[in-house]
Order: sequence, then structure tokens, then C-alpha cells
Amino acid sequence: MPRTLTQKIWDEHVVRSAEGEPDLLYCDLHLVHEVTSPQAFESLRLGGRRVRRPELTLATMDHNTPTRGGRAAADGIGRRQLDALEENCRWAGIRLYPMGSRHQGIVHVIGPELGLTQPGMVIVCGDSHTSTHGAFGSIAFGIGTSEVEHVLATQCLWQRRPGDLAVTVEGELPLGVTAKDLVLGLIHRTGIAGGQGRAVEYRGSTVRRLSMEGRMTLCNMSIEWGARVGMVAPDETTFAYLEGRPLAPRGTEWERALDHWRSLFTDEGAHFEAEIRLQASELEPFVTWGTNPGQSAPITGRVPEPADEGAERALRYMALRPGIALQDIAIDRVFIGSCTNARLEDLRAAAAVLRGRQIHPRVRAMVVPGSTQVRLQAEAEGLDRVFKAAGFEWREAGCSMCLGMNPDVLQPGERCASTSNRNFEGRQGAGGRTHLLSPPMAAAAAVAGHLVDVREFAPEAL
Amino acid sequence: MEAFRRVQGRLAPLDRGNVDTDQIIPKQFLKRIERSGFGPFLFYDWAKDPDFVLNRPEYRGAVILVAGPNFGCGSSREHAAWSIQDAGFRVVIAPSFGDIFHTNALKIGLLPVRLPEASVRRLMDLATEDPSLEATVDLETQTVVAAGIRQDFEIDSFARECLLNGWDDIALTLRHEEAIVAFEAARPSWLPSIPAAEPAS
Repeated sequence: MPRTLTQKIWDEHVVRSAEGEPDLLYCDLHLVHEVTSPQAFESLRLGGRRVRRPELTLATMDHNTPTRGGRAAADGIGRRQLDALEENCRWAGIRLYPMGSRHQGIVHVIGPELGLTQPGMVIVCGDSHTSTHGAFGSIAFGIGTSEVEHVLATQCLWQRRPGDLAVTVEGELPLGVTAKDLVLGLIHRTGIAGGQGRAVEYRGSTVRRLSMEGRMTLCNMSIEWGARVGMVAPDETTFAYLEGRPLAPRGTEWERALDHWRSLFTDEGAHFEAEIRLQASELEPFVTWGTNPGQSAPITGRVPEPADEGAERALRYMALRPGIALQDIAIDRVFIGSCTNARLEDLRAAAAVLRGRQIHPRVRAMVVPGSTQVRLQAEAEGLDRVFKAAGFEWREAGCSMCLGMNPDVLQPGERCASTSNRNFEGRQGAGGRTHLLSPPMAAAAAVAGHLVDVREFAPEAL
Repeated sequence: MEAFRRVQGRLAPLDRGNVDTDQIIPKQFLKRIERSGFGPFLFYDWAKDPDFVLNRPEYRGAVILVAGPNFGCGSSREHAAWSIQDAGFRVVIAPSFGDIFHTNALKIGLLPVRLPEASVRRLMDLATEDPSLEATVDLETQTVVAAGIRQDFEIDSFARECLLNGWDDIALTLRHEEAIVAFEAARPSWLPSIPAAEPAS
């Protein structure tokens, strides 16, 4: 019986299966951060339980960490949460990369860069963007605090296998169109609930040609159209990325792993509930105009007439009128960062646009590398100097203004061009207005002072 | 988890679709390390509007929240489900739910009930016209009854059993310890493991 990629990995992780029950699924890796874990640890202790497999658990500080000024810059409650994570990890014997560590960073950036995220695994984390790790051909999904506790205690989860959905993208992405535009274009078409609860496999020649960074951007935003899992089958690009990373297999183990990884693809004739097909050549750089990631349009477009009450509300919140050209929207802030778009390739693409240019005098712009490793590599390449020369603030790694749980927030009414993943009301700060876009588009907007088509603005940088 | 069987009480109509967890509980309240006390911050920014539906006195004490499609989309924060429960709600009725929110709610005994869009609309209208209207949500019979109209709903049979009995699902899982140990013994050796930190002395 031909099986999908998801099904193959799922079958390898079923600990117990019984009629009428969900499967008991084994988790190969559990990533932990300070925000969704303290209540889980506390409840575990109150129940007299221990962490079953600390060596399959990795913790870092990312969500509420200040990106300058160190730990002292966090507010009192935030510091308490960081302290709690430290204590909990010490208690359980879990490896923690705290602020100041050279491996600290956004949980979804450090897993892959350590070589910890590998094909064929089941990976969970108390964070909805865990689907990022699906870029390596693993089943990766976000869980809540009760399930965090369950995984800490048992290394397992009760799960029903989600239905399979295929997204097939063919052809070459036009110049200036990135993986971010691909996923924004996809969500534009499906709506934000189009993939609800499904396991999505991204396929086709366009996806095959994406770098690992691009695949991570694509899989990262799976949750933004409701999908539980988003994945890409592993291939030579995946193996080349992994080889030699600190926690990747070595020697004969590498050979054995590779043999297995090469069997991880969807069989000919396997069943998908549905298939969504896209042509890469039809895509353009996308920008959101509303308050969810599906409310977007190509940068050459206009703010549409609201189709429903939700869109009307969104336009009111965003202070936008239907019919205005997206490129006429002036911005106050630019944020380049987040688990969606703060890896080295993203910073390179943004820096290429900024070389020899200055940001608009009204604009305040910041770049927050996804991890300390990304920051150090970028500094070794001199990217920090490019950003700083252009007028950007160069920060330390963390989630930063993607969710504004730390000192990096928008002021009420401020309008931000952001490479993050959510433009919900107040997401980046109460009353703040977010336009999602790609790193080169964000860099171009910083210089222009308004949303702008990077293909015309900086064609030499693409 | 406290067992859930049957709830009777008033409905609060939140007539909006795609309510994301950032609206349910904004990020500044996620820094707390406790599990309780989130109720006062429920829909914090929306509640600044005095006309916001949950601010109206006639909906105070409602135990069933009725909302539009894709309720609880967005982040994985269980704080969203905690805040709704902490504010006194026992049930959320909507045409569809964000996947992670749905699981979180089930895990803490806040019952998410999926009903067809037309049925949710009718409940929304009834609760708007008559805020004193009471409904009964019965998990055992899988029904919602309001104004003499009875609606059946579907729910995962395993989740239903757990809720009806108030089971601790960690204890449930640990009953399969042997199967877990056997599974662990057979895991491929190339799979990564993280060098342990110094354990507490």
C-alpha cells in the first residue's frame, strides 16, 4: 500500500495503537522555552513525577529575552520566568542555552543549526511555529502546556493522524520573489483556515529548488493557514545542510541514517485528501494589508474593498482605505527578525538591498538575528556593518518584536514592515499595525519610507 | 482534570470569526508562571471598549461562549484556554476551532463544541435577543439544548471518555510503560541525543 511521507514517519513512531483510541506517538525531540513551560514543570513536580528523557529535551531562552542590555533589561515578571526555566532545567538535568550562551537563539533556529533537527523525526515544542522543523522531512508540531507536561513525563503524546494535504508548486520563482512570498501567496489563496488540522507536504520543482532556509520559512508559516504539520521530503539539499553539524550523526552512523532518510518520500499513488497546485511564475512579492496573514495582496496591488465584517474591522484597525495603492502606505518601523526570516540567508538578502543606501529619516529599523550563531556568522561576513551603516539597529538574538513580549514593541498607531509571521491586532505592541513581507522587501521599505516593490527599487540587489 | 458531564447556563455571543489567541490573551500576560489568575485579562484590548459584549452586565456570569469560525487560531499558548476558563466559562461553541487551542481546551476540561455554522448563528441570535436564555450542554448525550431546540454534536470518543471521567492522561499513558520501554529499546542509534547538563546536587 503506497504511503505518504507523513504516514511513513508516523508509523515508525507509534508506541501503541488500539481501536477507538488515538495513537500513542513517541517524540524524538522536545524543545522547551521559558513561556510555555513553567506551569508544566510545576505540575510535574506537584504530581511527584520526573522528566523521562532529559537528553531528548533542549531548552533555550528566546520569547521574552531583551535583545540589548542583557537580562537586566527584562522586567521583573519576565526575569522570574527566565529564572524559573533555569531552575527547572537544573532540576531535571535538561541542557539549557541561556542568554549569553553562544548557542542561544530562537528555538526553531537553533534546532536546525545544531544538527538536532533531522529527517524522519517527531519533534514537538510549546510553540505553534514548530512546523519549521518539517523542512527537514520530520513531523513537527506545536503543543500547549498540558501536552508539554505530558511529553516531559512520558516522551509520548496521544495523537490522531491528521489527514494529508499536498501543496505542489512548479517552476522557477521570479526574481525578487522569495519563500516568504510563496507562503503568503499560498495563504492568500487558501485563507487562514484552509489547512485546518492537516499534515501538509510541500512538493514540486519550486520547493525542491529552495534552500533549507527557504524551506524553513515555508514550513514555518504552515500554522498560519491552520495546518498542524508542514513538511518537505528530505533530499541532497537536506543532507548537505546537515553533514558535519555538531549533533548530526557521524561516520557509520551517518551512512546508516542516510540510507534511512533516502526512503522518506511519498510513494507513487499515495492518497492525499486534496492537492493545491501553484505556478511559481504567477507569484509576486506579497504584503499583508489586514490583521491576519491571509489578508494580503501583491505589492503591485491595492487595498481591496472589504469582503466581510472581518475585513472591515481589519481596515479600521489598520487605518487603511480601500483602493489605495499598497506602495503608498508610509511606515514608521521595520523589523527584520523572527523564526520565519532571521537566518543568515535572510540577513544576506536584506543587506544586499541596503548596501550603499540609507534608511528613511522617519523610519526606525532593527535587525534581530534568529540565533547567536547567526549573529556571529553575520558579523564575520560584515553584514552587521552594512545594516548599521544604513541606519539599522543591530541586536542580539531572540523573538523580539515578532510578538512583543520583551522590550521591543510598537507604540500605539505605529506602522511596521515586518518579516515575522503574524499581523494580528496588537501582536507587535498594543495598537501597532503590522505589514508582513520578505526580508528584501522589508529592507527596501526601510529605505523608501513606504511599502515598495523591491524589484523596481533595488533590482541590482536581487 | 475536573470531570465534565453537563453544564447549564447563559450564553455570551462573541460574533466574530478568526478570533486569534493574541486577542484572547495578549502577550504581556504570558510572563506569569502560575496557571490561574488569567480571567481578568481575557480579551484585554477588546474589553477596553465599554460596548464590548462581555462588558455588558446582562452577560456577566455566562458559562457558554458562542463564537465565529476558526476560534482560537494562532499561537499555542494554553493561557488562552486558561483565561476563558478562569473567567467562568465551561464551554465554547463555534463552527470550527484552531487546532492547538482545541486540544488545549480538551486537556483542561473547557469543552469545545463544534456545531454547524447555521446552528451557531441561531444560538448567537437567541443569546443576543434574550441574554437571560439558558442552554444545556450535555457531554454524555452529546447535545446542546436551547430554547427547546436540540442539537447533536460530535466529539472525539477518547477525549470524551477522558473528560467524563476527569482522567489524568499522564497516568493513562504510564499504564503503557512496557510498550514505551520496548519502543525506546528499538529506536535507531543515529537519532540525536543532547549531552546532559550537570544534574542538581
